[in-house]
Amino acid sequence: MADSSAQVSGSATAARSSDQDAKVELRRTTGLSKRVRRGPGWPMYLLLGVIALFFLVPLVFMVVGAFKPDHLVLAEGNTIRAFWPTQASFDNFVSAFVRARFGRLFLNSVIISTFTVGIGLIVNSMFGYGLSRLPFRGSGVVLLGVIALTIIPLESVAVPLLWVMSQVGLRDTYTVQILPFIANPLFIYLFYTFFLPIPKDLEDAARVDGAGTVRTFFQIAMPISKPAYATVAILSYMFIWGQLLWPVLVTAGPDVRPLPLGLSVLIHQPPISWGDVMAFAFMMTLPLLILFIVFQRWFVHSVARSGIKG
Amino acid sequence: MGAQSDTESKRPPKRPGAGQLPSRDRQIAGFLFCLPGIVLLVSMLLGPFLLAFGLSFTNLRLGSPLPVRFIGIENFHAILTSESFWQALGNNLYFTAVVVPVQTGFALALAILVNQPLRGVLAFRSIYFMPVVVVMTVAATVWLILFNPERGLVNAFLRLISGGHLESMWLRAPESAMPAIMIMSIWQGVGFQMIIILAALQGIPKELYEQAEIDGAVAGQRFLYVTLPQLRNTLIFVATVTMILAFRLFDQVWVTTRGGPLGATRTMMIEMVELGFERQMISRGSAVAVIFFIIVVAITILQRSLIREEK
Repeated sequence: MADSSAQVSGSATAARSSDQDAKVELRRTTGLSKRVRRGPGWPMYLLLGVIALFFLVPLVFMVVGAFKPDHLVLAEGNTIRAFWPTQASFDNFVSAFVRARFGRLFLNSVIISTFTVGIGLIVNSMFGYGLSRLPFRGSGVVLLGVIALTIIPLESVAVPLLWVMSQVGLRDTYTVQILPFIANPLFIYLFYTFFLPIPKDLEDAARVDGAGTVRTFFQIAMPISKPAYATVAILSYMFIWGQLLWPVLVTAGPDVRPLPLGLSVLIHQPPISWGDVMAFAFMMTLPLLILFIVFQRWFVHSVARSGIKG
Repeated sequence: MGAQSDTESKRPPKRPGAGQLPSRDRQIAGFLFCLPGIVLLVSMLLGPFLLAFGLSFTNLRLGSPLPVRFIGIENFHAILTSESFWQALGNNLYFTAVVVPVQTGFALALAILVNQPLRGVLAFRSIYFMPVVVVMTVAATVWLILFNPERGLVNAFLRLISGGHLESMWLRAPESAMPAIMIMSIWQGVGFQMIIILAALQGIPKELYEQAEIDGAVAGQRFLYVTLPQLRNTLIFVATVTMILAFRLFDQVWVTTRGGPLGATRTMMIEMVELGFERQMISRGSAVAVIFFIIVVAITILQRSLIREEK
């Protein structure tokens, strides 16, 4: 089995290309740098650095602010001390947990995104697999339907969906925040194109070994398609974690409220303590930031791929 | 979104075992594989989408005891004659007109910068991309403080470089609020497009540049006659997707100004949330959604007609 799956990743072009792209990309940048032209030199680095400042300053400001006493975040906001954690402490973090219920909101966001991304990976990949590997009467029409649906943005169904959800009594639940985002036409299409080139022999071999359709999917197709799963997981996690419009519509109290809505409530509820706000914002950013730093290559790759498949 | 006609033309010898369908059992299995997704798509996307059209011709309100009736185009009439809708649409267009070219151009410049064979260039690529993983609500919250007129870093910086002459009320004044929203949007979003353009840039065959160099093209000419034409489809894709995002503008505004001051940052999505949610007018909110969808379709058609198939 190990042998044959190695073979697959050799010939399933899509499976390979995604992994390879990333490598090629790295090789290109690093490889080229060896035959350096000493050309641009420090002015180029100065330019790159100034642009980097534009992107970094707000982030540094946020992190520093998270450690400052409330009143100093604004008071020192227009001086160079905006970047120095004067009287640093963890007070804001404690207060974000106690006063703004960060723990609860964080848990809500984790539950919502985990279920959405997790179930979504299974549902969407099975859909893509069915369409590409197990065609049935009418599957061509279904495929066209899926492609057509990619054009409908969430925003244009939000209001009627809000009505439906309140009719069935699902408002202010986790379910209402998970259900609409599980099936995603774009991800289904991504999986479809990914599964398409898997050689048939491999599945046949599995079938001869006595594996049923379901087992073939979980034990052959899934493992060799890790790049597709990683791409979809990253894209959908980034989207779900930041989602604001839908929670605004369907949640009322803080019990199932996700982080982005929590933050927007926090800065509109006087008295506003900016230290707490910065601590809240910083902690809410950490999971994605850490994931990005660890899996950088995959993030870059997923985004690049989202552009190709649109 | 960009895939429709690609698939038409590229949809290849589409299935293994070309032509004939597999056995009945496998067909049933295939259908069952798709079923959960089909049910969800129909109930969560297609159904509500059709409902939006239907409801927009009624007087449905959330929690209203009144019977629902068909009222024709009254909702559309009310929307299209309301000043706030046109102000919102105008703001969306203003945002589009500035952000689409600026952000696309900036992303292209960044992609070219980080595509150079320089030591440490990968670190810069990561830094430029970092705001993308900071979600928009966080970005807007931080920029809200940075744009504070008295205590914000932005004005402090402007005063510093101008000797105290330049400053702005930013989010607090009608004429400067939208520019502030634009700046934070670009800050958060440009890295995403940079990566997409970078991927396309690295896909340009090197021979083209070598050939151009042999033909004596200088750097500027190579950019004009090799890079730009090769990136054409990608740039159109990025620009049109940004255009759609511009009409979806909501998060930044909701966090910072809620549409103010004096409606200067009101957008179609703010309008929709106000009507459909805060004033519970499901039918009128749906009508805004329908208008929004028509705009999205128009942009997508534009995109499809501009992108050339490479054969």
